[in-house]
Amino acid sequence: MRVRIRHSKLGKVRFTSHRDTARHWERALRKAGLRVATSGGFSPRPRLSFGLALPTGAESLAEYLDVEFADAIDVGDSDVVRRMDQALPVGYQVLAMAHHADAEPSLQSDVVACTWWIEVHADADVDAVVGTLLDAASVPLERERKGQRRVDDIRPSIEALAAGRPPWSGAGTWLESTLATAERGLRPTELIAALWPQRDPLDLVSRIVRTHQWIERGGTRREVLPAAVDAGPAVVAWA
Amino acid sequence: MIAVWDRVEPLLARVQKPARYIGCEDGAASPRHGAEKVAWLLAYPDTYEIGLPNQGLQILYELLNERDDAVAERAYAPWRDLELLMRQRGVPLFSVDSHLAAAGFDLIAFNLSAELVYTNVLNMVDLAGVPVRSEERADGDPLVVIGGHCAFNPEPLAEYVDLAVLGDGEEVVGEITAVVSRWKHDGRTPGSRQRVLRALAQVPGVYVPSLYRAVYDGPRLVAVEPRHADVPAVVDKRTVADLADWPYPKRPLAPLTEVVHDRLSVEVFRGCTRGCRFCQAGMVTRPVRERPPEQVRTMIANGLRRTGYDEVSLSSLSTADFSDVGEVIAAVNPPGCPPSELVSVALPSLRVDAFTVGLAGQVGAARRSGLTFAPEAGTWRLRQVLNKLISEDDLYGAVDAAYGQGWTRMKLYFLTGLPTETDADTLGIADLARNVAAIGRRYTNRASVTVSLGGFVPKAHTPFQWFGQNTTAELRRKIQLLRDSAGRSRGVQLKWHDPAATLAEGIVARGDRRIGRVIERVWRDGGVFQEWSEFFDLGRWEQAMAAEGLSLDWYVHRHRTEDEVLPWAHLRAGLHADFLWADWQAALGQAGVEDCRWTPCYDCGVCTGYGIEHVVASTVPPAGGSQGTGQDLRRGGDTPVLLTRKPEMVGG
Ligand code: SF4
Repeated sequence: MRVRIRHSKLGKVRFTSHRDTARHWERALRKAGLRVATSGGFSPRPRLSFGLALPTGAESLAEYLDVEFADAIDVGDSDVVRRMDQALPVGYQVLAMAHHADAEPSLQSDVVACTWWIEVHADADVDAVVGTLLDAASVPLERERKGQRRVDDIRPSIEALAAGRPPWSGAGTWLESTLATAERGLRPTELIAALWPQRDPLDLVSRIVRTHQWIERGGTRREVLPAAVDAGPAVVAWA
Repeated sequence: MIAVWDRVEPLLARVQKPARYIGCEDGAASPRHGAEKVAWLLAYPDTYEIGLPNQGLQILYELLNERDDAVAERAYAPWRDLELLMRQRGVPLFSVDSHLAAAGFDLIAFNLSAELVYTNVLNMVDLAGVPVRSEERADGDPLVVIGGHCAFNPEPLAEYVDLAVLGDGEEVVGEITAVVSRWKHDGRTPGSRQRVLRALAQVPGVYVPSLYRAVYDGPRLVAVEPRHADVPAVVDKRTVADLADWPYPKRPLAPLTEVVHDRLSVEVFRGCTRGCRFCQAGMVTRPVRERPPEQVRTMIANGLRRTGYDEVSLSSLSTADFSDVGEVIAAVNPPGCPPSELVSVALPSLRVDAFTVGLAGQVGAARRSGLTFAPEAGTWRLRQVLNKLISEDDLYGAVDAAYGQGWTRMKLYFLTGLPTETDADTLGIADLARNVAAIGRRYTNRASVTVSLGGFVPKAHTPFQWFGQNTTAELRRKIQLLRDSAGRSRGVQLKWHDPAATLAEGIVARGDRRIGRVIERVWRDGGVFQEWSEFFDLGRWEQAMAAEGLSLDWYVHRHRTEDEVLPWAHLRAGLHADFLWADWQAALGQAGVEDCRWTPCYDCGVCTGYGIEHVVASTVPPAGGSQGTGQDLRRGGDTPVLLTRKPEMVGG
């Protein structure tokens, strides 16, 4: 039985990698006694598939994975969620769970954009910097890929960008931005590099939180699995 | 106690593998510190990936946290990138559990499992903000402790550590805690540090180097003697009599990021009496103490449930020798176990025989790629010298069974630079490798053999402690000889350890107190992480030796004589000096010795001296192979081979 799970990854555990997250889930499901179906073949692997990689160091209220369970699972059973939460490392919490049809496209190919909250330490007028970027017809950014440096226009990847207050009571200056994932997509740190080309993004950014991942169905955009992240327990526990 | 997470966190975006520094493992303690609790910082002087799986550290961590009068946290060596940022911004060494500054702990205890990490010990103490030399530490500074196998020759670190602990740590950490607890309770008044060190010197197994004086006559060591009448002249190791009393770790640590042995580990026995003469681990951990098989099964089941691992390693110095190994393995995956619940079993340190291959076949149904054997030497003659009594038939039988059961890659471990070694022995390695590859080709075209060649470093408390280590030039010549002979053989690959690193290891392994300043110089010159080839530089060691006026030849390459006072003569692993010398002579005579766990005791000194004995379920040796019932003790030449004596050069 295939189940899609949305979870958070907050706090110290954000310094683990995407590969680490896969291991955390494999171990947690075994600890929780929830049996995962395995691939056939010479060395059977548990059938888990993960969504778009979260950069190491970024936090999230919208991480996804698909799990093929060996047994039937009641996705509305709070005891299942509790067992997962207890088995997962501190900082992880299951936020939503739903059955998932086999025919649905994979998370990696389905998601078109992600929304991020980025805490910045910028002395300049942030609204002005944001305005300048949004007004520009094109925003060239030099990036490296597979050892080659090239200049891309990243303006089309920036779907939304504004300074604001995050849903949790975070002091400081925050940017909310929705960034496309298609083709090369745009990473939050690359956005910061484009906003402040003279500065090292590491000096400017203290937190990066992914809050939503978006898919499109029949021309409308919707969240992969909705969850009350604005006031949900994960945010409360974290803020 | 000063929490430093707020200062560490901003640095982590700038370093490689930041997950090394966050803690949060399954099994990690959340210790509550307090004035009535002695705070131990258990430190591993290498990276998190290497240190986290260390079982000794995990056992003590748990034991101490179970006590009412102690708490323990852990620290690992920060990689160079983080260290530089920490130094720039004045962030001290910290624990990964609560991210507390290291200097606030009462003890910083290092687990030493290799010599080349010693510069990291100094670096970590310095990064903690604690003076690196023990004499400069004040009453408020932590006690710096070392334990682990390397602590059996602690002399190179004598000026840098406050205590060295010899042998099993399970009991002695409690006794040390009790003494330190009184010190802490009394408020660590001025001058109290000296008094607590004096009191600790009374704890069996604890060596306080500053209470001993090394006396030299020119380069020669004459004695290491106590400065006070109440300080014991000889310090003996500690040994836990029965592993059944210590079913630890009960809460194994499962890390959030990849580490070197990323699996559950259950120690099935401690000690080894195979008697391999080069092996310090075997010599200093006698006698054999097996864990009851029911306890092993319980520890496996509980450990898997707690951690979620799907792989368990049955650890020991020679796991195929565990009396109940077959039953324990069979119980891990009961018949009918669904594929999603199959647990892989890793068997490190296998013997070279078909029985062992049978075990490996039992556990590794899915993954049959590589299997490792360690014949150690290329000819039967030299294996008799080592007392590693593996016949060619054993080896060929083992690999035949392995290739026959689907394995395709064999890895063979050898040492070079061994006592009495000739070029015939080196060329013998090539012959063995070629023959193994040829056996493999009967089964598969993909058959391959990797020969891994390590340079031999004589170790303290072994029968080879008197042997002069080969020079780098000699080791290189032998490696080249082997490359010329085996390099282009079909299916045979060669790998070797850098002889320069072997030399540096040799400086420290049998060094005396004067080597401490060499280590300090290498560290001050930036020589950290010397186990890592990207950081290792022999030039630093050579320069430091020269600057201290010490001779490499004298410390490393010279054969020692029977009457020489060795730097660790006042420290005992239980082995009689007479036994070690006699065994050294037997080695030169190519005479083997039996395994005393199944044959009468030959009184090496350990059991008789400490009033303990083997705890072994099986009274007969395992079937098959010359390391089993067919142990072949045909004597070699009766006249001991004489090692050429080199002229002694004057050092110091
Ligand atoms: S004292 Fe005897 S039985 Fe014990 S380890 Fe030594 S030789 Fe073996």
